[in-house]
Amino acid sequence: MGRFWAIMSRDLTLARRQGADLAMTVSFFVVVVVLFPLGLGPTPGQLAEIAPAVLWVTALLAAMLSFDRLFQQDSEDGGLDQLALSGLPLSVVALAKALAHWLTTGLPMIVLAPVLAITLNLDGDAYWALILGFILGTPIVSLFGTVGAALVVGARRAGVLVALIVLPLTIPVLIFGTLAIDAAANGLSIRVHLLMLAAILAAAIPLAPMAAGAALRQALE
Amino acid sequence: MERCFESDPFAGDQLAVVRGGRPVFAGLSFSVVPGAALRLAGPNGSGKSSLIRVMAGLLRPTSGVLRWGEEPVHQDPDGHARRLAFLGHADGLKPTLSAGENTAFQLRMRGMDRSTRTEAMQRAFATLNITSLLDLPAGWLSSGQKRRAALAAVLASDAALWLLDEPTVGLDTASVTALEGAIANHLASGGMVVAATHTALDLGARVTDLDPATFARRTATLSELGSGWGVS
Repeated sequence: MGRFWAIMSRDLTLARRQGADLAMTVSFFVVVVVLFPLGLGPTPGQLAEIAPAVLWVTALLAAMLSFDRLFQQDSEDGGLDQLALSGLPLSVVALAKALAHWLTTGLPMIVLAPVLAITLNLDGDAYWALILGFILGTPIVSLFGTVGAALVVGARRAGVLVALIVLPLTIPVLIFGTLAIDAAANGLSIRVHLLMLAAILAAAIPLAPMAAGAALRQALE
Repeated sequence: MERCFESDPFAGDQLAVVRGGRPVFAGLSFSVVPGAALRLAGPNGSGKSSLIRVMAGLLRPTSGVLRWGEEPVHQDPDGHARRLAFLGHADGLKPTLSAGENTAFQLRMRGMDRSTRTEAMQRAFATLNITSLLDLPAGWLSSGQKRRAALAAVLASDAALWLLDEPTVGLDTASVTALEGAIANHLASGGMVVAATHTALDLGARVTDLDPATFARRTATLSELGSGWGVS
């Protein structure tokens, strides 16, 4: 357990010291969302209608920017060899990395999403659906992204490749995340959509690190 | 430095490695006993790094077995990882962490507690004359200083077996002497050292030379190498 926290806290320290990486991801999220009201013009009804999709799609795209640094640096500087020799299963290493990734990328987005929703004139009843959807959805994206990042270790143009692998996997997250917001805006129950997200998360927590661990083992050879 | 390892001999039996469809070496056997060293020599591309990675358990041999005493290491890869300290081509240092933080992280990953960690780290940094670099970001260090910081993690570890891939790259004469002293100390306390090196690194009196190139079978077909693991 100590080694799990050691990896996570080291990754958090690295993210803090290389603050620009983190700031870029979060800024991308903010800038792209703000572009929509500017591009669509002052039609509040139209903005409110597309707000759920804009927030979720932008969050997914912003997350894609951050996955290439997950294992790429460790693979290049030999750190991955040392992690593999720590006696900790690579799947647990991947889980620690995914958790650190979520804390540095998913968590800021959860905080920012409701603020950005104001610029999109999101329906007042839909804020809780947005926040709860992000709380359940962003960890899934981090976990899936960890699998993608592990698969592309050592590949050229890894950043683009990881987006092409991970984005299709996140379609269910996008669907249930936006459905929950739409349901709330129309006064319907959001429970079933959030339960679906929770179910995906429950499956991803054990399965994604296992897949990522197997991919990392392959990358070492 | 009064550690004493009571370890079993480490040996490889009929090892073969195929990389990219090309046999690197085949039928290679070696043995290291406590207090002895193994020097991997040979020209570039002869398979020294592959062999060291096989010994570390990072690369699975196409055929053959590694043994620790009588026990095949692939039955307990995590236990094997705890017994060894590995220094690869790359130094494995994070440029934004200080040299001390880098080493401390590696020792923490070995499960050493805080006080042992600090003590072992300071001793290793003093041995290699880099105590002044403890608080400097690794990104600021010269290549020789980085190499020494990476070596410090090996010296500070509690591993019986040191696997060093070109440990002297970028080191000045004084640092090589310091490293030789540390190796002699490690061997005297019953440790084992395997080093791939081109330079004249003194590995003590009980050193065996091994050149993986002499086990190369360029003409060997893949089927000759036996089953064992899948050949890609």
